[in-house]
Formats: sequence, C-alpha cells, structure tokens
Amino acid sequence: MSDPLKSRIEQVLLMAGKRAQEAEVFVGSVDDTPVVFEANRLKQLQTNRGMLVALRIVRDGKLGFATATSLDDIGSLVDRAVDISHFGAPARFELPSGQEYPRVSVYDREAETFDVDAMVELGQSLIARVREHTPDLLCDASVGRGAALVHVMNSRGGEASFTRSYFGLALEGTLIRGTDILFVGDSESSCHPIRDVDWLVKSTVNQLELSRRQAALTTGHMPVIFTPHGVVSALIAPLAAAFNGRVVLQGVSPLMNRTGEQVFSPELSLRDDATVAYRPRSRPCDDEGMPSRVIPLVEHGVVSGFIYDLQTAALAGTRSTGSGDRAGASLPSPSVSNLVVQTGKTGFEDMVRGLDEGLVVEQLMGATQTNVLGGDFSGNVLLGYKVEKGEMVGRVKDTVVSGNVYQALSAAIAVGREARWVGAVHTPAILCPDLAVGVKG
Amino acid sequence: MQRDLIESALKGHEADYVEVRLEESRSTSVRYRGKELEEISQPVSSGGNVRALVRGGWGFVSFNEPGHLREKVGLAVAHARHVGRGATSFAATEPAVDVLNETAAKDCSAIALAEKKRLAEEYNEIVLSTPRVETSVVAYRDRRRRVVFASSEGSYIEQSNSDLALRVAAMARDGGDVQQSGLSTGSRGDFGQVEGLHQQVRETALRAVELLSAPRVSSGEHWVVLDPILAGVFVHEAFGHLSEADFTYENERMRQIMVVGRRFGGDHLNIVDGAAVPGLRGSYRYDDEGVPAARTYLVKEGVLVGRLHSRETAAKMAEPVTGNARAVDYHHPPIVRMTNTFIEAGQASFDGMVGEIKEGVYVKNWYGGTTSMEMFTFSAAEAYAIRNGRVAELLRPVVLSGNIFTTLENVDAIGDDLQMNQGGGCGKSGQAPLPVSNGSPHIRIRRCLIGGA
Repeated sequence: MSDPLKSRIEQVLLMAGKRAQEAEVFVGSVDDTPVVFEANRLKQLQTNRGMLVALRIVRDGKLGFATATSLDDIGSLVDRAVDISHFGAPARFELPSGQEYPRVSVYDREAETFDVDAMVELGQSLIARVREHTPDLLCDASVGRGAALVHVMNSRGGEASFTRSYFGLALEGTLIRGTDILFVGDSESSCHPIRDVDWLVKSTVNQLELSRRQAALTTGHMPVIFTPHGVVSALIAPLAAAFNGRVVLQGVSPLMNRTGEQVFSPELSLRDDATVAYRPRSRPCDDEGMPSRVIPLVEHGVVSGFIYDLQTAALAGTRSTGSGDRAGASLPSPSVSNLVVQTGKTGFEDMVRGLDEGLVVEQLMGATQTNVLGGDFSGNVLLGYKVEKGEMVGRVKDTVVSGNVYQALSAAIAVGREARWVGAVHTPAILCPDLAVGVKG
Repeated sequence: MQRDLIESALKGHEADYVEVRLEESRSTSVRYRGKELEEISQPVSSGGNVRALVRGGWGFVSFNEPGHLREKVGLAVAHARHVGRGATSFAATEPAVDVLNETAAKDCSAIALAEKKRLAEEYNEIVLSTPRVETSVVAYRDRRRRVVFASSEGSYIEQSNSDLALRVAAMARDGGDVQQSGLSTGSRGDFGQVEGLHQQVRETALRAVELLSAPRVSSGEHWVVLDPILAGVFVHEAFGHLSEADFTYENERMRQIMVVGRRFGGDHLNIVDGAAVPGLRGSYRYDDEGVPAARTYLVKEGVLVGRLHSRETAAKMAEPVTGNARAVDYHHPPIVRMTNTFIEAGQASFDGMVGEIKEGVYVKNWYGGTTSMEMFTFSAAEAYAIRNGRVAELLRPVVLSGNIFTTLENVDAIGDDLQMNQGGGCGKSGQAPLPVSNGSPHIRIRRCLIGGA
C-alpha cells in the first residue's frame, strides 16, 4: 500500500474511532484504457480513472455507512456515516483482525503497461483475420487493459491490499443477408496480456461455419446441449442465486436445508474459486478483508456449501466464506467470484454424435429474465444449431428453450471433457436430455 | 468549478470538437430484505469527463478530480488524434447557453431520510404480513444530480434534476418451489408518485402466493394480449433499440433494412420516442451533446418515418438531429439512447380484444426484455389463460419472443388506454440503468412465440 494513501486511510479510521466503536475503510480505484473499434475501424481511445471510498462504522451497535469518490473531505465522510448510523441496522458481525491471506497471483505489469499502439494492432489483426473468412462481416471490437487497486483497513487491525491487472479482447460480428441478421463473436480476458488472437479468430470462424445453413426444428421436447457460452447464458444465474447465503437466509433458496442431499446429477460438481491465478475476478481477499478460499458448492450432485459475507454469515450463525463483494457504492453482499464447473467424461463431438435429433445452444437470449430464484430459465436461441443424426446441420432461428435447473440438472446429464472460461465462469458443455423447445411456424 | 475555468480549458486545442461534462450527485438508497434493513445510505459522487473529436476519431477521458482540467482536455485531444484517420462528420447545432433547475412537485431531495425509510418499511410490512409470503425485497433509490456541459462551440448548459425508483418484490416458497412477484415504478424525482401504493403492494404479495399453485403454459405459438406495462417493454425491445441510429449508420445492409418508408405494421401502429414529452423519467431539455430534446415519430401508420440520433449518426445519415445522445454517468461517453417510448392509443377496447380469443394468454407486468435487433424477448411477470373470450386462471410467468419482421405485423389490435410505465431502466453497451419510460395501450399479437413447459 502506498504510504500517502495508507496514512489518509489511517486518518479516517482515527477520526471515525472518536465517534464510533468500530470502523472500516475500503478504497477501490481503477485505471483502464480501452481501444474501441466500430464497423471494422478504429473509433475511440479512452482513459478512465475512478475511485470509491467507503466508510463503515459500528456505533452503539448500529451500522453507519458512507461513500465518496475522493479522500479529500474525510470530515464529511465521517459525519455522514454517523448520521446514517441513527437509522442503521444492528451490526451482527465483528470486523476481522489481522488475517493470513493465500498467495493469489493477479498482477502482471506487462498487462497494465501494454503499449497502446500494440493494442490497436491486435484489434486490427483480429478484425482482418475474421474478415478473411467472411469479407461481409461487420465487426465491433475492443482491446482493453488496466489495473484495479483494493485497500481495506479496520479498527481491529485488519489490513489487506492488492493490485490486479486486467487485459481483455472482445469481438462482435454482424452478418446481414436480406432480412436475416447473424451475430457471432467471443471474448477473452486475463490478468496477463493476450498477445495472440488465434483462439478468438478460431472460435468466431467456427460460429460462422456452423451458421452457413439454416435448419428448423419442430415444437416439442428434445435433448439440448449447452456449449460453455450456452451454460453461462441460461444455467448459471439460477445456480448463483440459490447458493447465495443471503437468499438462503431469506428462506427462498430451493437448496436451503438440503446440504448433504443428492439434488443434482452425480455428474455435476461446482465450486466457487477466487484463488485461480491470473483471472480478473480472482483475489487474495474479499472486499471486507476476509481471506479467499475454494468453496465447494456441489460435489457429485450433492449440495455442499453456500457463500457468505460477514453480516449474512453472522445472521445465519455461520462464518464468512470470503465472498463479500461491493457493487458500486453499496454495502458488501455475498457474491460468487469464479464459478468452476468440474469437467466430465464426454467429449463435445461425442455428445453431438450421440443425438438423433436435438439442439446445440450457444447463446440463449433473455433466459435469466424470469423466475431465476425458482430455478427457471427461458429464452430465445440467439445462436444455436440443429443436430440431425449426430451432426450439426445448420443454425436455428425463432426458437425458444425453457426449463428449470433443478429438473434439467437432476436428470441424466452429460458433462463435457473440455472446459473454457466465459467471463468468470469456467465450464464445459452440458447435455440436458429433455427440455421444452418452442418453434415459430 | 467556475464557468470561465471550464471555458478557458476548452480553448486553443487542435480538434474538430471538444466537450467537458462535470457532474455531482447525491443519492439515497433504502433497502429492506425480509425483516432486515439491509442497506440505508446516502452516497455522494462527483466526477467528469472530456470528449474530443479529431478526423472522425474520438478521445475520451473520465475522472473523479476535475483539477488540471486543461491537461485532461489535452489528453482527450491526443487520444482522438491517435485514432482519427478519416473525416469528421458531426451535425451542426446552435450552441446553447442555459441554466435549468428542475424540481418535482414533491422533490425527493427535499424529503427527509426518515420519511423515505418509513415508506419502504410500510410497504415491507404489508408484504411480510401477507399469509404464506416467505420474504420480501423493498428497494427505494433516488438521485439528485447537477450536470454542467460545455463545448468548444460555445455551449454552456447546467441541468439539475432528480430521478427516483421503487421496487417491491414478494417471494413465496413451497418446499423447493419458489415463486416471486414484483412491482416496479419510478418518477422524475416526485416522491408523491411512489406514495399511496399500499393496495398495489398488497396485490403483488398475494400474487406470489397464488403463483405456487399456478400451472405452466405450453411452449409454442399463442394468441396473446399484452397489458400496457408489458406492451411498453415490447415496443422498447421490438422497435426502440432498432431505431437507435448507431446500430445503422455505418452498416450499409442495416440501412437498407431500416429504410424510411418501409412498412413494419398495420395502419393502426404509431410509435413515438421523445424526451420533450414532459414529466417522465426519460424527459430532459438538452441531451448530453447539448442538443435540444425532441419528439420523434419512429413509425407512423405502420411505416418507418424516423430514427434516434446523436450528432455523429445524424450527420452520417443526413437526417435531422433528435437529441438522443445520453450517458448514464460521467464514466461513459454519450451514445444513442431512447427516452420515453410509446405506442400511441388506438381504438380497440380491452374487452373486445379478449372477447375474440377462444384460447390464448393475457400477459401482464414485466421481468425484463432484450434484443438482438432481429429477434427479441420480453418477459411477463404475470400470465393468465384466456378461454372463450374471458380472462381465466393465473399461469406461471412466461418469456415471449418475437422477430422484428413478423411480430409487429402480427399486432392485430391496439387499445384505447395508453399508460406510461416508469419502472426499471435501460441497459446498452455497459451503460445501465438509464432512466427511461415506455408505454402503450393494451395490444394483441397473433401467433406470438412463448417459452413454456
């Protein structure tokens, strides 16, 4: 931690300590530089710098909280936290004193300082190579780099800080033929610089190849293979909600009181892991200064854990799992970091080959805008392919897929052998043997 | 920061255009989750950005500290020079100098925190006291914001206004089956508009319990009637986003599809967007490029007649500016966005629409919506069977799906009961939630695709 910043934070703690029994200061700052391409051309270069300061106090047993976007006026920050404490909820937790943190590598100086002209070249080569395959494709792309700093200090001597670098590449291509609009694309991110666009080019070209022809299904029940993107677009949100300790505490997680029970297929294992090296959601500690650790959620289909922050854990009579996350200027709340679905035994090609008729879903649009809490998903197949006699024969359109994760993942699913990152989720493909598919016409 | 400092920082740079935007805001957030007051806070935020245009390339710099503004302008100009390789096209507008201090009838900035907390608590107690309701979320949020905009062309505009949103959700559980229902509303800062909703909150809570015993509708095509709230989400997703010219202006094929004069629906279909429609969450006097707000017909008598523009898209397409460039906050550059979007009232009656349906679905209220231009989804939070011309039993929530080239044509009746919905917010390119409103009368759609059991 830099000395001027640390001494400023200590001043806040000192000032707050005179008016409250406990205090905690969180400072998060980001500095990022995206290069943006629009319609195949370089369009915009940005520098974004931002800071959030959050003060949480416990005063006469009640929580006070205030945030600001600078450390200039710390008097007002303390005053506002004290004002809020008159209304605040009872604090049920104790702030952590000095902790042992795991070593989690999340910083690479080369990502933070990557040359802007080299970023421009990466974006240009990405677009050029995808358009070598399909010259009519209109591409938007971005190449971004940056770093985020997190500092947490509290009045019990707890102190944590880390710097994380970030590098990202993203491509979205649009292909219009008559009134048919096809969207393809993918993205990649890391704490290391990504110097090579091969993987992203290959993934996008594969989507273009599979979408060359169109194919139609008929309304009914059928096997559906979710690719890693498909898994993330449809199945992850209901699971992330159900394993959230806050939802459990509220009594509305379908998984509450089911620890140790076989709820899902034995093929399914799932964990939350903030310690994976060089991932942009990894961290040695959470936003409350609690150490990160691997949290098993599902082991061979058996429910094995939930995620908690300090306050939720205290209310539920358990311990924080190091999952306290701050979204914007909000108080910490439990949130997953990197969700990892354990790879299975079935190769993707074998999954497809095994189907007489079915559907491969790459992107299910709008799938999480329904009763996610109850496990439902339902959406439009933005990108997906019909399977006929063991082969992907063409892109489907005007097709909807819906289901409920507690039914869909308890059945005889197959889990893929090859996994990849999609944002902060590492997952293989998953085959669900029987889902409702609706088709127009 | 003083006007002369901002104006002098803008002078003397080698750029086609430069603008500065400085923003200060104070928000209130009160959120109950079950019995717990999960959060009560009044965050303050200040920051700004500079955007520069050189030979068709944009530089953008955002920050919290407005000090050394001239250097920040210099960096944005250097960024723009770095990427500008073509020609600038940027529609001319008359520079504006104006100071607008908008206060709502019962502006949230003048309401004590204790009163906001009391209202949220009252609604929360109604939900929690409903038999068989397991838990609740009541989230109240408001923001008073002052934005200063100045450009190298001589515009200097100060706008102060408030925005407010309220969300109430009730959850019920029966074993592993969890159902929820919600109420989402808001206003342009008027606290009075979220008071007195006790009866609606009670009905919302009761519905969560009722859903536990509701059946699912089958997947496939159905004849559906949409209530004004869901129809508002429908028009936002189905046509609103496609009308945003940044999807079109550099895409020759898209320009051919979205050509003025093309028919998308029947003669009864009229779609409007406009920030100049006063008093709604998407209303304002000037957009984030200093362009005066307008009221724009997107579809008139079923035919595409206009679209939404920033100064850049308007120039590239040689169409008039509409004042639709908006940024969600100072971290982001303005992009083309909707404001208040609605289907104008027609002549059909609700009873008449339902009366003609032997078997169908009445869909109400919303979870969300999303679009990929051609295909889109809009999800209903409530659904009811329609049988022999009458609204019958409650069904589980459904996600509806459409295709721009067929679904608007399949709108076969438009009601006479236009209502605007002020709940929620819009997301695009990582900028969310942007205050917008949308609305419609009841509408009916033939052969609408539903994802169900």
